[in-house]
Amino acid sequence: MKLMWFHLMPYTELPDDFRQRHPSVWVDIHSELFDPKRAHLMYNDFMDELEYAADCGFDAICVNEHHSNGYGLMPSPNLIASSLARRTTNTALCVMGNSLALYNPPTRVAEEFAMIDVISGGRLIAGFPVGTPMDTCYAYGQNPSMLRQRYLEAHDLVMRAWQEKETFAFNGRFNQQRYVNIWPRPIQQPHPPVWVPGGGSVETWRWCAEMEYVYCYLSYYGYKAGRATMDGFWNEMARLGKDRNPYRAGFLQFVGVGESRQHALDLYSEAAEYFYGRCLHVDPKWATPPGYTSEGSQRAGIESQVKQAADSIVRGKSTGERMAATARDMKGIVDNGYVIIGSPDEVAEQLREVAVTLNVGHLMLLLQFGNMNKEVCRFNTKLFADKVKPLLSGLFSEWEDRWWPKPMEDNLRAEIPAFLPKLAAE
Amino acid sequence: MSAPEELTVDVNGFQTRVWRKGSGPVLGFIAGYGGLPRWVPFLDHLAERRTVIVPSLPGFPGGERGHTVLDSHLDWIVAVRTLMEKSGLVGADLAGSSVGASMAAEMAAVWPADVRRLALIAPLGLYDETDPPADPWAQRADDVPGLMCADPEVWKALKAPPEGANSIEWPIEQVRANEAAARIFWPMGNTQLAKRLPRIAAPTLLLWGEHDRVMPRSYAARIGALLGGRHETRVIGGAGHLAELDRPREAADAILSWTS
Repeated sequence: MKLMWFHLMPYTELPDDFRQRHPSVWVDIHSELFDPKRAHLMYNDFMDELEYAADCGFDAICVNEHHSNGYGLMPSPNLIASSLARRTTNTALCVMGNSLALYNPPTRVAEEFAMIDVISGGRLIAGFPVGTPMDTCYAYGQNPSMLRQRYLEAHDLVMRAWQEKETFAFNGRFNQQRYVNIWPRPIQQPHPPVWVPGGGSVETWRWCAEMEYVYCYLSYYGYKAGRATMDGFWNEMARLGKDRNPYRAGFLQFVGVGESRQHALDLYSEAAEYFYGRCLHVDPKWATPPGYTSEGSQRAGIESQVKQAADSIVRGKSTGERMAATARDMKGIVDNGYVIIGSPDEVAEQLREVAVTLNVGHLMLLLQFGNMNKEVCRFNTKLFADKVKPLLSGLFSEWEDRWWPKPMEDNLRAEIPAFLPKLAAE
Repeated sequence: MSAPEELTVDVNGFQTRVWRKGSGPVLGFIAGYGGLPRWVPFLDHLAERRTVIVPSLPGFPGGERGHTVLDSHLDWIVAVRTLMEKSGLVGADLAGSSVGASMAAEMAAVWPADVRRLALIAPLGLYDETDPPADPWAQRADDVPGLMCADPEVWKALKAPPEGANSIEWPIEQVRANEAAARIFWPMGNTQLAKRLPRIAAPTLLLWGEHDRVMPRSYAARIGALLGGRHETRVIGGAGHLAELDRPREAADAILSWTS
């Protein structure tokens, strides 16, 4: 299986009384809380951490896109990914991803992703999220009633831009571009692997199945809450006659590894409580722009509430709504499965169970979260790589991962000038 | 209150509800934010003296999913014009509230000869950064009733499912109305209506709820200054944004006297 190292890049110095004094971490979080000189250090720490994870042997490093967000300092994940393309050599670069409807023209995504793919020698995983309500409808002012149609059309434009050999005219409902002809073209042919992070909507599952894309459930609520969603996904795959190849799916999980469970609790409680207490403090007024959630998903949500089904916390709910009902103390965080903690053996055992029960071949791990400092993050990352990863890597070896990047041959790759090797410096 | 006659007309392939009640000269009414999931006393008051015709806007209750094919403001204006033609409202007096007032103003501006007299209750469509309208889509759910009506219970009663309503489809229909409004006005509520107001020739009554928390009353003066024809502003005491719901008798009387 693939073990991928994901960074959200949270601002690590939100005040202790953030929940009391500020209405929201997202959309209208106050600029007085942002100190650019402190953020200079944070960005450089975060990028060090991503590079370190690559050095430690994780299969991929992952970045994502958020706007006006105190727990996600990457309005442009592509900027970070381009730097990582130069500072890593064999690790896949998972940009999870670009919210297609926010780019005008969406051709920009085809171009920038192609650049990253070319610079990195074909290591890009291209993530295409719709984006949260906070990012898309509020921070970026997109009309929620048109967002999904715009997303789907932008997807069509990007895929054609990557694959058509001749200059073409794109005559879309929302995008009209007379001359589409991107330079550069991606190394990976016919295109980089496409992964789609989404909530629990049946429409998204069907679309991923139809397009043969990876579906990723990126929730902050761990495997217990994710179970119903992933079960729904696999039931739908079965209904559509798709195989149970675990590499059709990705799943996000917070993890803290220590020498023992108590050691892990001592190490990670503060950072976890910072994340679930401050970083997910989102004003519910940003939760439900009308039209963002499709009527099909609303219907499924109301029906699952009526039935008190396990997935009622997910179905028909937007990111913001889910965030409103979150445990914020370490006991609740661990008991609910948001964060998996323990000794290496205990963590490996739990992750194996997660991977097998959810049938997920791509585990995206958050080993830095909240205000975790670089030292603790490195400890977590290294211990996981050394002691947990070997216990899990062989899982699902009977399946082929058809959705993994296919880089160019080593002997054709550019020689990157030496930079400070982090492992050697220790 | 007795039930109105209910007709349907085709707009872009969607069967769109048109209510009709009363006798006398025709008076059209286009509903405000949230639409009309049920007949309301305000319309009965109008029907006491006029033939009231109430077409649903696309996507609003009674308007099916007609909003989903409207991608531009031109699409909306043409769809509403089609609705006017098919409901028999061309050349008639026209009133509207909130979202509906904005569309009524568009009809009077684009086809100035086709609206006799116009009554607008707190129309959307303008945005002045010195006194911005509220954002109706960035609200905690509990705050919406008090934003729309001075008496939140009035809004809650309008939106409560009637006995026998489908408990799944009813709430979806109410969200759809909010989505349809968003489709027209997201994100600022500025449709550049201000550019077209000078074309309005019909004598225009501007009605504003005393406690309107969506559109500040200062917009009455902005609109008045741009209107091409005769106009007058009246404030309805004790009413909120949807003044016709809070104070049905006062709102109806003002419109009836203006269009008599």
